[in-house]
Amino acid sequence: MNMNGGQALIRSLELEGVEVVFGMPGGAILPVYDPIIDSPIRHILVRHEQGAGHMAEGYAHVTGRPGVCMVTSGPAVTNIVTPLCDAFMDSVPLVAITGQVPFAAIGSDAFQECDTTGITQAVTKHNYLVTEAQEIPRIIREAFHIASTGRPGPVLVDVPKNIVDPNNPDSQMEWYWPESVDLPGYKPTLKGHPKKIREAAELIVASTRPVIYAGGGILNAHAAEALRELAEMCDIPVVTTLKARGAFPDDHPLALGMPGMHGNYTAVTAIQRSDLLLALGSRFDDRVTGKLPAFAPDAKVVHVDIDPAELGKVRQPDVPIVGDARLVIEELVAVLGKLGGAEAQPDRSYWRSQLSGWQEKYPLTYQQSEPGEALKPQFVLERLRDSAPEDCIVVTGVGQHQMWASQYWGFKHPYTWVSSGGLGTMGFAIPAAIGAKVGRPDRMVWAIDGDGCFQMTAQEMVTAASERIPIKVGILNNAYLGMVRQWQEMFYDERYSEVYLSPDLPDYVKWAEAMGCVAFRVEAPEEVEPIVEKANQIDDRPVVVEFRTDSMEKVYPMVPAGHSNDDIVVDPTHGEGGR
Amino acid sequence: MADDIQHHTLSVLVENKAGVLSRVAGLFARRGFNIYSLAVAPTDDDRFSRITIVVDVTSASLEQVTKQLNKLINVVKISELDPRDSVERELMLVTVRSGPDRRGQIVDLVHIFDGRILDVGHDELTITLEGHPEQLDDLEDLLRVYGIVAIQRTGRVALPKLDTSPTPLRSVS
Repeated sequence: MNMNGGQALIRSLELEGVEVVFGMPGGAILPVYDPIIDSPIRHILVRHEQGAGHMAEGYAHVTGRPGVCMVTSGPAVTNIVTPLCDAFMDSVPLVAITGQVPFAAIGSDAFQECDTTGITQAVTKHNYLVTEAQEIPRIIREAFHIASTGRPGPVLVDVPKNIVDPNNPDSQMEWYWPESVDLPGYKPTLKGHPKKIREAAELIVASTRPVIYAGGGILNAHAAEALRELAEMCDIPVVTTLKARGAFPDDHPLALGMPGMHGNYTAVTAIQRSDLLLALGSRFDDRVTGKLPAFAPDAKVVHVDIDPAELGKVRQPDVPIVGDARLVIEELVAVLGKLGGAEAQPDRSYWRSQLSGWQEKYPLTYQQSEPGEALKPQFVLERLRDSAPEDCIVVTGVGQHQMWASQYWGFKHPYTWVSSGGLGTMGFAIPAAIGAKVGRPDRMVWAIDGDGCFQMTAQEMVTAASERIPIKVGILNNAYLGMVRQWQEMFYDERYSEVYLSPDLPDYVKWAEAMGCVAFRVEAPEEVEPIVEKANQIDDRPVVVEFRTDSMEKVYPMVPAGHSNDDIVVDPTHGEGGR
Repeated sequence: MADDIQHHTLSVLVENKAGVLSRVAGLFARRGFNIYSLAVAPTDDDRFSRITIVVDVTSASLEQVTKQLNKLINVVKISELDPRDSVERELMLVTVRSGPDRRGQIVDLVHIFDGRILDVGHDELTITLEGHPEQLDDLEDLLRVYGIVAIQRTGRVALPKLDTSPTPLRSVS
């Protein structure tokens, strides 16, 4: 069957099971937008290409399937560099299709030309410049394979206009669909080495102070069940990194919560005092380790990751295991079973009592506001959490609001938390929440955003309103770039440089209404619950709730940058100003 | 020069596709690894090329370099060539000042090194030498006193040393 390249591209997406594409058309990608009219694939027209990229990420986060975005050449490509880099840092499967000037014009500085594959090489798992229409089905097949297997990541396919334009003979091709992919240099290792797994099991049964340090790889590998089985069998406490929130239920007796710079005291200190750290799909990020030489100084390390380059990159493991987290954990559970399972574990009652002592002494705390004062952000989050269904999906931007949301929400299910971790992309929440809601229309989706973040990508609320994607947005408006303000207060002698945003410029309620949303402003504690209830009931339009929160509130605990995790500073209301 | 303790040779088999060299070079740049020298050429199978990279391992552990390289989709295989277990060669072209009074000395030197004179000018000579990189270093040092006008070296290429132990005789019963 003969087709043109544009038709072949859309047909290939259909065969890959794509149900939605986030994008915006333009000159070079025009011919690919024509066959979309005849395709069952839903297209969501964004207001800025960055939004398309983050929507595809949000979609991928909650569905586990690659998100797809499609944009034109030149400025559209440079606009998706941020989401590509975000997806690369956070191992999110993404396929980006970009238009390119006709092949013969490449290199001539043509209108809206840029070196797309060159620019995106450093922020993609792989990228392609397609040269012939005939290659399109093979390359799309490979792109989805690479994006979604091994350590997932973004793959970009750059498509010159001449091979998709039906008026150009270069676009003619004979349709085929490759049975399989042939990539001689790409064969991810899935099964862990049995000898190493055995060594890991032996370390576990010899450990009196073990901690599981679970990372985003658990969610990518669909290993939440296996993780729980391992933790329960061996009675090992679990910390979940920012990327792994929800991978282990926060209400489980073994759950210690989030470690790291703004992790809770017990999670941070448990790692510091552990004698065995089981790093499962985590990567020893600097926000978790603090000052590296002082990180978990007495711990032996078992490190499981599907990416061999992570093993030994930051911390030399005693037992490195390359493999898929789920397969490795299941194998580990089987080996531990043979070693005697729960009965073979040493007495860890002292460790457990230490942990619960810390939990009791240093819980997350904040001081409720006095009447007439601005809302406490933590209080707002607690009310939001309590009024939302427990499978509600929470999406955040980056900064103080993100840390509070992670600390206070309490996640009970995997894939209910979507956040920008590695790159720390402000403005992530709104578009990612839209993508998440498109991927899981059955779920309530709350975007928790800061006022600074909201202003970066707010225009996508128009996308949500026009496409009837009923996300809910809670803006914690403290009138500042809050996290930077916090650092200036704590580490720059309260010299506030360029962090003030104003509480009422813009007027968030009017702005949201102008974008087709229902909007509320909340200023007093007693208003929080009724307004949130109201927002939760609206299911045909997006809702924006602006909460006026306390500018002075800081995120605690905090490990100052470059310090050892032992220097953790807890909320001053604990009375000791430290541990 | 290429001190063998700080430099390791990687022989990298890559798919022969557009942009592969840029991916390899870009990876070194963004991970902060240093390349000492680099040589690229097709192999006998036209689907693949071989990149021979001499890596400065003072900038990063060789293990990290290899693992990160392996993540490139177009990289098929990486072999680390230990200088003790491999044969290494490099080619040098050098133009050296050689007034009529010194030409004889330079020609002698070139012959001692088994090099060749490629081009002769009024007061310059262009010489080529193929050999072990250290041999090239030596000739380069010796020629420097005459005045090197231009020099071009290819970067080293290498292959593993072959097994020299004789095939064991089959016992005849």
